[in-house]
Amino acid sequence: HTAGCFITDNVGQFFSSGHTNNWAVLVCTSRFWFNYRHVANTLSVYRSVKRLGIPDSHIVLMLADDMACNHRNPKPATVFSHKNMELNVYGDDVEVDYRGYEVTVENFLRVLTGRLPPSTPRSKRLLSDDRSNILIYLTGHGGNGFLKFQDSEEISNVELADAFEQMWQKRRYNELLFIIDTCQGASMYERFYSPNLMALASSQVGEDSLSHQPDVGIGVHLMDRYTFYLLEFLEDIHPASKTCMNDLFKVCPKSQCVSTPGHRTDLFLRDPGSVLVTDFFGSVRKVEITMDSINLTSVVSHRKEEPAANGELQKEVYSYSDQLPVSEIIHQKPKQRDWHPPDGFILGLWTLILLVFFQTYGIKHLKHIF
Amino acid sequence: MAAHRCGFLPPLFILCALSVLTVTWTQETIPLGSHRAAAADSKPTDTKSVAQTTEQLAVEQRQWEATEVEEATSAAAAVSKQDNSSPEDVVQTSTPKPKDEFQEELVVRPLHSGDIYASFQFRTLWQTDFTRERKVSHYGLFPKSLGQVISKFSVRELHISFTQGYWRTMQWGQPFLSSPPGAELWVWFQDTVTDVDGTWKELANVLSGIFCASLNFIDSTNTVQPTASFKPLGIGNVTDHRFLRYATLPREIVCTENLTPWKKLLPCGTKAGLAVLLKSEKLFHSSFYSQAVHIRPVCQDWQCKTASWELRQTLNVVFDLHNSGQGKREWSLFKMFSRTLTEACPLASTSKIYIDVTDNPEGEQFELSPATALLSQAVVLGDRRTFSVYDLTQQITFGTVRSLNVLMRWKSSEGDMLRPLLHAERYVAGYGLQTGEIHTLMYNNHPYRSFPVLLLDSVPWYLRMYIHTLTVTSKGKDNKPSYIHYQPSKDRVRPHLLEMLVQLPPNSVTEVTVEFERALLKWTEYTPDPNHGFYVGSSVISSLVPSLVALDTNSTWQRPLFSTFFPCKEESSYFVRVYTEPLLVNLPTPDFSMPYNVICLTCTVVAVGYGSLYNLLTRTFQIEEPSPGLAKRP
Repeated sequence: HTAGCFITDNVGQFFSSGHTNNWAVLVCTSRFWFNYRHVANTLSVYRSVKRLGIPDSHIVLMLADDMACNHRNPKPATVFSHKNMELNVYGDDVEVDYRGYEVTVENFLRVLTGRLPPSTPRSKRLLSDDRSNILIYLTGHGGNGFLKFQDSEEISNVELADAFEQMWQKRRYNELLFIIDTCQGASMYERFYSPNLMALASSQVGEDSLSHQPDVGIGVHLMDRYTFYLLEFLEDIHPASKTCMNDLFKVCPKSQCVSTPGHRTDLFLRDPGSVLVTDFFGSVRKVEITMDSINLTSVVSHRKEEPAANGELQKEVYSYSDQLPVSEIIHQKPKQRDWHPPDGFILGLWTLILLVFFQTYGIKHLKHIF
Repeated sequence: MAAHRCGFLPPLFILCALSVLTVTWTQETIPLGSHRAAAADSKPTDTKSVAQTTEQLAVEQRQWEATEVEEATSAAAAVSKQDNSSPEDVVQTSTPKPKDEFQEELVVRPLHSGDIYASFQFRTLWQTDFTRERKVSHYGLFPKSLGQVISKFSVRELHISFTQGYWRTMQWGQPFLSSPPGAELWVWFQDTVTDVDGTWKELANVLSGIFCASLNFIDSTNTVQPTASFKPLGIGNVTDHRFLRYATLPREIVCTENLTPWKKLLPCGTKAGLAVLLKSEKLFHSSFYSQAVHIRPVCQDWQCKTASWELRQTLNVVFDLHNSGQGKREWSLFKMFSRTLTEACPLASTSKIYIDVTDNPEGEQFELSPATALLSQAVVLGDRRTFSVYDLTQQITFGTVRSLNVLMRWKSSEGDMLRPLLHAERYVAGYGLQTGEIHTLMYNNHPYRSFPVLLLDSVPWYLRMYIHTLTVTSKGKDNKPSYIHYQPSKDRVRPHLLEMLVQLPPNSVTEVTVEFERALLKWTEYTPDPNHGFYVGSSVISSLVPSLVALDTNSTWQRPLFSTFFPCKEESSYFVRVYTEPLLVNLPTPDFSMPYNVICLTCTVVAVGYGSLYNLLTRTFQIEEPSPGLAKRP
């Protein structure tokens, strides 16, 4: 597997990538039961990425529809990737951050650029910094220059390139690997212009990505070909493996995939032969050894409880509320509504009435009124 | 040689004494509650420290038994504890109360239709004085994520549930705790909160992150503020409904990603105790699945002068006879959950399994194995039920095989199910996409008692209800509600809210009908699959149902968890909440399909354009003499 790799010194390799943490954004953009394979694609990448060490807190998983607990699924709470139900990629410990209607172009771009409303929980944010390596995986239905989200909107390759440029300018990534498994996927990375981006696609412009095998028991196609062979490739990778990117580019040749997978490395600063697969798919923590001594200050101050006047217990006795106090409800006073100043419409109406009145009767009649 | 050895001896003694002194010194400064430090210290180098490590191990063992023992020793040692703090000035009685308490139980109730109903309840009690507003930094058994939510958003009570499936009351009876399909969230805030709506929205967002659900869709268009329903279930003397918010998301899907964080809130996780049975592949292959989290303040003891936080996690599941049972009426823990039990959760003070054997007093209906001598009676849902109890904290329950698999084998199936006293249905009537009617039916099956029910209806704004068409009829006659509260909707701002207090006459059906008109939404407001329809949340019917046996209003101690959820104020009736089905209505939907629009447009353009052109080119105008008329004819 290391044939064609640029083998450098081990120590040099250890510190050559320059990243300290790994993130993954995995998106499935298709809805409806017959798009089961897209959810299975995303979940198999999720499973590989978790197995190689990236924790759930660093993975943003977006699934546009629920296949596992779908009423059409003959085996609930499972999503299979191999026929005859060999491998359940859904598993027992899965955390989906965006699901259902939340998977929209707007939310996807907000996650990438970090411009989320302040009350968004941490698990839904991409909290990467300038030393993060990010893996972005998209799958669904696409065309020449666009990717369809949930059958109702699209993201274009220009928007995606601009989002990556925003990320670069805000120093939100160190290196980014972009994988897309859709029809005409190569069109999505044509417009990238930010540095340190590497992209892989399952098919060239004008080609369709095909699905793998159907399962007779479930009744739909279980996986797409490119991701199926990608999963098989990743199953051989373990957290300490030295496989490099050149091998990843060879995954699923035309004989297996029917379409021609493509890749783009011109924007990437390092030589892809020296980039490990685990730089993006795994989470190898770099440890910096220091000989200095650090002073630790006590963070938690043990507050001495002020005695609540020894002997003085709580005065009032608590009690449970009556769940259906019928007499109280019947005699309830109506809620006092807040007084609002009159609306613009009412004001305009009254102004009109007054104007017409003074128009017809004249100002001099005012003295009769007042 | 001897001289050398003599030379070595005094320094060796000094070294030994020094090491002994340092070890004993570090011993005293280790807080007794941290077993991490105790483990790190286990590196015996001489006999003195070996003796000390055995003492440490003994202390460690004592820590796992019961927290009372730890209290006594720590009070003696006077060191700070690792558990969350509580006023240590409380008069040191002889048996100080434990700080955190965890109880777990599983109730299995065979249903009349052959299905089986299993209900898990996990309760964590957290004794902290929340009347004093200060930041809590120590969390013991209570999960930190929920503790931070309570303190940050000044929550007094929080109830959230996720349900898949609909509870069939007529076939299955009443559940211990009912919940509507989808997600439901209702919260009572403390009276110190100034902006309740803003806090509510932030709380929904935070909970969506904790439970991996799309609760961020809760906003003002589906939140209501009930005025009489949903009184607080915890203790408290003030009930100002301005601090209550209620919302449901009927479309919300429940799957393993909601169960995973729920399981992580338990003290033992899924490693020990009853939670090992919670396997998603079996739980979601069921007719009904519901998980809920309830947080409320409860009385600490029977005097009720101090309060403590209670976190209840409940999981209700009904396994179908044909889906999971393969048609054979024989249920066991292994058949239901594909696991058996090997131990109780070590952090639990009680861990029990209750099997409902009320219909099986002599063992004639089904046979229960392994046999257990423990029997308990509890009054739940207004009826006195008998349960066989398996106490998992006793080693003897697991027998010689060290695993417990409760098996029930049916011999005969006869007998009638007791009809539930209160039952409700709801459906949409009418035809077309313009108007419709919502009918809600409430059944009172008691032969001679009538009781009041409070109906809460929250209808989205896009169904424009005409309240002047509201009718409430029982037995054919008009039944005027004693209390009506209606808040009309505002387009795209808030939904309709209708609350009515209706007295149901005995043995009758009460029908509530109201007409509505469907609105046309803006094209950006449609969901990606608009032809599926739009959901209307379930109605909530709260009621005080007469009970068959007298209820105990005094204390809830020593009673199983499933019977102590609703506080009991009077002896002759019990409180119950029933949910109807959610409705699925079709709104007038434009055709979003692209080729259809293109064909229409193209054909129109072609027809108009080409037709006009053709007419212009080929139509000629000829002058025609007016005909002479009949008179001129010869």
